Amino acid sequence: MLWCPKSFSKVVKLIFTQNLLRHVQAPTLEVEGCTVSEVLRVYFVDYPQVQSYILDDQGAVRKHVTIFLNGDMISDPTEQSDGVTAGDEVFVAQALSGG
Amino acid sequence: MNRSLFVGTRKGLFRITRDQTGAWCISDNWFLGDPVSIVAPAADGNRIDAALDLGHFGVKMQRSLDGGESWNERPTPAYPPKPEGEVDIEPGRGIDLPWTNKLVWAYAKGAPGELWCGTLPGGLFHSTDDGETWNIVRALWDDPRRRKMFGGGFDFAAIHSILVDPRDSKHVTIGISVGGVWTTFDGGKTWELIGEGLRAAYMPDELSHDPLSQDPHCIVHCPSNPDRLWMQHHNGIFRSDDGGRKWKEMEDVAPSAFGFAVAVHPSDPDKAWFVPAVKDEQRIPAEARVIVNRTTDGGKTFQPLHDGLPEPPAYDLVYRHALDIDSSGDLLAFGSTTGSLWVSEDQGDHWQVVSEHLPPILCVRFQ
Repeated sequence: MLWCPKSFSKVVKLIFTQNLLRHVQAPTLEVEGCTVSEVLRVYFVDYPQVQSYILDDQGAVRKHVTIFLNGDMISDPTEQSDGVTAGDEVFVAQALSGG
Repeated sequence: MNRSLFVGTRKGLFRITRDQTGAWCISDNWFLGDPVSIVAPAADGNRIDAALDLGHFGVKMQRSLDGGESWNERPTPAYPPKPEGEVDIEPGRGIDLPWTNKLVWAYAKGAPGELWCGTLPGGLFHSTDDGETWNIVRALWDDPRRRKMFGGGFDFAAIHSILVDPRDSKHVTIGISVGGVWTTFDGGKTWELIGEGLRAAYMPDELSHDPLSQDPHCIVHCPSNPDRLWMQHHNGIFRSDDGGRKWKEMEDVAPSAFGFAVAVHPSDPDKAWFVPAVKDEQRIPAEARVIVNRTTDGGKTFQPLHDGLPEPPAYDLVYRHALDIDSSGDLLAFGSTTGSLWVSEDQGDHWQVVSEHLPPILCVRFQ
């Protein structure tokens, strides 16, 4: 994975579904990065246990987790390469499945 | 008699204990709402390992070292990165084989600090530091025959039985649905596909005795005689007297030789228990009657046990990990998909209902 230079990274707000908090500590934080992937991985440095709840063994977003960027589903759940800009909001949701 | 029974269900983990009147009652619960696919309580009463299937959020391992007072999440076996460009396709359906842990379905202790973990989609994991780190057993995962395995009750193959030889912890035998019986004598470095005599009626004739096509639903060995294995196979009940190399099919098993679970007495290898069902599209008790089938003569005859079990109609199905026997060989317990749980204190002659209202039961294990 390519990391963007510090000077280009953006501060975005990363929020996790309340449903996750029953299992693991995952507070809302402002995190730096150029892509959703970078934002997540920066977050996982301080909260490593959260990673396996959101990403599968190959690093893709879990089948029943959805990541929204400013209210739209990200276009690349496999690599999370969607770019972010300062002030964006990334929301990690539990996908509704099964009715 | 103060043993505890642990029951993993679709909606949490329960501890069942025997009170002063001899009644078995629910005494504790943990992880309410979460499926518990495997529970492994240690004999000391303190350590409990459990595997959770959180659905949306994946598989998680939990461990308590104080009898359930507190729990800590432990590292979960994770599949290695799939090499870029590697094609890993099941030829039968032409679909990609996943490289991610979808379910922990088997868990066994080996030498001190050694653990084995069987998963869906067919990866076996090994730890030599008591579960701090896990490594996939590459010799099995990289075997090209893996791609010819297929799912039984799931979409992909899964390891449900891990037998560590109490005489030699480097000798390990596993059962895979659907992928046969495999054994190693060097701690997992090399593996051999075994299973002569197994029969898969669901396959074309020319493949019915192919060891890779066999669907063992559950395999157990007798702790005092680990060469004696019992298998509840998709196709019937089989016995091996040589550690799984050769198998003999039990004949004329009434009311049915189909089922999922099997338990063997810890010191009498001729004594084993099964919970029969109608195969295989229906998967309900034969004649809607819940019974436990017991053999005491190595499979020559079977006795249907039903004293204390419900009168027909009853539609309880018992999954492969939902029958257990304790180390004394007297206590038995089994639980059903309809949330019923029974305990016997006399090897199955009489049964006591613990509850008929638990969530669907996935596994039961005595402390």
